[in-house]
Amino acid sequence: MSFDLENLVSDLDIRGAILYYKGNVESDTITRALDLVERKLLATREAPRLRKKVYNVLVESLQNLYHHSDRVPRGYHAARPDRFGLVVMEKIGSGYRVTTCNFVSGVRVKELEEKLTRINRSTPEEIKELYKDILNHQEITEKGLGGLGLLDIARKTGHRIDFRFKKYDNLNTAFRLTAVVAPL
Amino acid sequence: MEPIIIEGTPKTPSIKFDAREGVFEIKGRSIPENSVEFYKPLNEWLDQYMQVPLDKTVVNIRLEYFNTSSSKCILDVFKRLESIHRSKHDVEINWFYEEDDEDMLEAGEDYDSIIKVPFKMIEIIE
Repeated sequence: MSFDLENLVSDLDIRGAILYYKGNVESDTITRALDLVERKLLATREAPRLRKKVYNVLVESLQNLYHHSDRVPRGYHAARPDRFGLVVMEKIGSGYRVTTCNFVSGVRVKELEEKLTRINRSTPEEIKELYKDILNHQEITEKGLGGLGLLDIARKTGHRIDFRFKKYDNLNTAFRLTAVVAPL
Repeated sequence: MEPIIIEGTPKTPSIKFDAREGVFEIKGRSIPENSVEFYKPLNEWLDQYMQVPLDKTVVNIRLEYFNTSSSKCILDVFKRLESIHRSKHDVEINWFYEEDDEDMLEAGEDYDSIIKVPFKMIEIIE
């Protein structure tokens, strides 16, 4: 069987998910996904603090896909080769789990792994200081600020960010990122 | 100087910068994919205002959500305000956050620690 990004989320409850999407992640796609999730969260009467955290984490996760997905590998079935990704948002216990998957160029894997490992080894105070340092000293590009989205997710969730890579071929790797937002 | 007034959208905040009153407001959500494009006219407007600022400028930030790319653009707005403050003009930034929204309070505190302009944290009780 040929590889599909869905293979990376076979352990998740896709059928019971609050949000499931696989395809091209355009600005309109993000707007629609956020609108849908916001309506669902409001309907659950979730505490505003948790609702806002979940919404924020979803915004950064979706915009990570928008800005940082690399082109899909040659031969992979996708309507369009750029900005292709998958997102699953589930209710787990009294919290929420947001998982995104996309392809990254093989040469970016080491850098991304090091960045995430560094975040996961940092204390909340170190993450806060690193966030402020990047905010104050780095120049913004059209893709945003280097790693600020991941730091923001780590800050908002207070948990380590789960990630995994699955080599697709010599040039491309599939990447999964999972953040859990639990009530405080 | 003509005021700059922009209606809010689901992803961009409403803007009202009025040079005659010296009161500037950013309100709503700031989560566009391309924040630089949205904030560019604001910062250009502020570059002009900085030449002849009023004795007192009051800035009200009432954001419900903002993404990380907006966070840098908002800092750029604050850096211009800091420059006005350095030139011996009063500048006051009111950072509003909703009750229990500690993330928004922390975001305001981040800016307060970076920018040398008086910040007021104002909790909105619903």
